[in-house]
Amino acid sequence: MLKLESKQVNFYYGSSPALKDINLEMESNTVTALIGPSGCGKSTYLRLFNRMNDLIDNTKLTGEVLIDGIDIYKKGINVDTLRKMTGMVFQKPNPFPKSIFENVAYGLRVNGITDKQFIEERVETTIKQVVLWDEVKDKLKKSAFELSGGQQQRLCIARALAIQPSVILMDEPTSALDPISTSKVEELIHELKSKYTIVIVTHNMQQAARVSDHTAFFYLGELVEVGTTKKIFTNPTQEKTQNYITGRFG
Amino acid sequence: MKQVDENKLAKSKKRKQSLAFFMFGFIGFVIVGILLTVLSFIVFKGVSVISWDFITKMPEEGMTRGGIYPAIIGTLCLVGGSMIFAFPIGVMAAIYMNEYVRDGIIKKIIKQMTNNLSGIPSIVFGLFGMALFVNKLGFGDSILAGSLTLGLLALPVVIRTTEEALKGVDDTFRHASLGLGATKWQTTRRVVLPIAFPNIITGLILSVGRVSGETAPILFTVAAYFLPKLPTSIFDQAMALPYHLYVISTSGTNIEESRPIAYGTALVLIIIVLLTNILANFLRKYFGKKVKMN
Ligand SMILES: Nc1ncnc2c1ncn2[C@@H]1O[C@H](COP(=O)(O)OP(=O)(O)OP(=O)(O)O)[C@@H](O)[C@H]1O
Ligand SMILES: [Mg+2]
Repeated sequence: MLKLESKQVNFYYGSSPALKDINLEMESNTVTALIGPSGCGKSTYLRLFNRMNDLIDNTKLTGEVLIDGIDIYKKGINVDTLRKMTGMVFQKPNPFPKSIFENVAYGLRVNGITDKQFIEERVETTIKQVVLWDEVKDKLKKSAFELSGGQQQRLCIARALAIQPSVILMDEPTSALDPISTSKVEELIHELKSKYTIVIVTHNMQQAARVSDHTAFFYLGELVEVGTTKKIFTNPTQEKTQNYITGRFG
Repeated sequence: MKQVDENKLAKSKKRKQSLAFFMFGFIGFVIVGILLTVLSFIVFKGVSVISWDFITKMPEEGMTRGGIYPAIIGTLCLVGGSMIFAFPIGVMAAIYMNEYVRDGIIKKIIKQMTNNLSGIPSIVFGLFGMALFVNKLGFGDSILAGSLTLGLLALPVVIRTTEEALKGVDDTFRHASLGLGATKWQTTRRVVLPIAFPNIITGLILSVGRVSGETAPILFTVAAYFLPKLPTSIFDQAMALPYHLYVISTSGTNIEESRPIAYGTALVLIIIVLLTNILANFLRKYFGKKVKMN
């Protein structure tokens, strides 16, 4: 089933274009990797789907961005509600300066849920979902800052999952992590695929190859090529793609 | 290519390094020296006057004897009153500026205005306070009028320090919160403010320091020349430490005889400012820890 889609999307910071005529479709329960050299527009593209770019002054969007076939930039779309449908994970682990428990409960609380038992259950299942439960179950009331970077990142994923989004947007989620934490997050992405549609920005080619079903290669604001990860990494049609994945530039 | 004498170069670099080191070290010492001189001068002159009676008794015999109790209380009332006024408004203004207004001409104008406001001489605030609070609004010479005037004076400081504190909060915290469907207000209240709080408190206390020493703004709005009783309501006049100091040094009944009391008053004023700074540090550390915990 088609989950995410962009049609003829152009995006501008001021007058300089950051995305040029991007047409891309992403199926439910797949992982799509966005790759490309620095500054090519990957993060900008990712942020279209939870309208985070709205926070930046002086920007312009043309074209359509659709989730479940609905244009999310249409008039009458409630941005807060839209953002509940998507969970975002950032480059640097950024838990709130609250307890481990409260970090995961945060999304529930701000969305008006007050039932204590419900919150407790949801927090527990979500932390289990990111395979962090055994490590933190005895210190849920402790500050999230006491966790290691890798644990913090998994906590941030749990925080995003707690409100049960259907889409997860990840912007270089492992670039600040050590190899072991990285592979834990990658395993997690595999697990989560059965329930969510995942879009992940990464600079790590092996990672893209390991975790994704589809790969989209961006270059200077353009979508150069998209296809199954296998095809992109073994037999790309564009020379630019070939050069990039073999490390000849970027 | 010209041959560089490695040895010579290293020597000259080292010489410049030690010269610079000496210069900055020297200037540092001079500044600390001046500060210590001023402080020890006041302490030396004032410490003999200070006693329990001095800080808990009324002034006597044309302010040449007795204590400065009403002036201490007056100053505390004024500082407290001005903060009750300036703190919420200043913090709200800063939140509005930093979290809500988009960059642009309006924000620039407001910013410029607050900066200008902090550049206005405090005597002008005094005049304005007299015109507006004392006369126009009919509060008369009163703690209320004085507090409001001092509050105006403190407002730019509170706004600026709060803004800095809010700017110090990493944007990814905001994005993470908004990304979970939180509104801007929820994000501000539950994530941004708790992180910024320790620094906001510091700003508050810094403005307390500023306000407690001001004479000009209270001159025409609240300060009593001699009033050997405590204020009973916010519409009463009050004595205040800086003004008391001014009075007994320039226009007391017997300036020579009240000199020691002047030094004692100065010392008390310095101690109050010092204590607020220590308190600021303590609170910042305390809340800094608490933010991580809860
Ligand atoms: N807030 C902003 N204001 C103005 N220009 C921006 C802003 N954010 C990004 N840009 C510009 O838009 C272009 C795309 O940036 P984007 O962050 O999407 O790239 P990216 O592919 O994610 O790069 P990286 O791999 O370094 O994270 C860049 O040229 C960048 O300079
Ligand atoms: Mg990026």
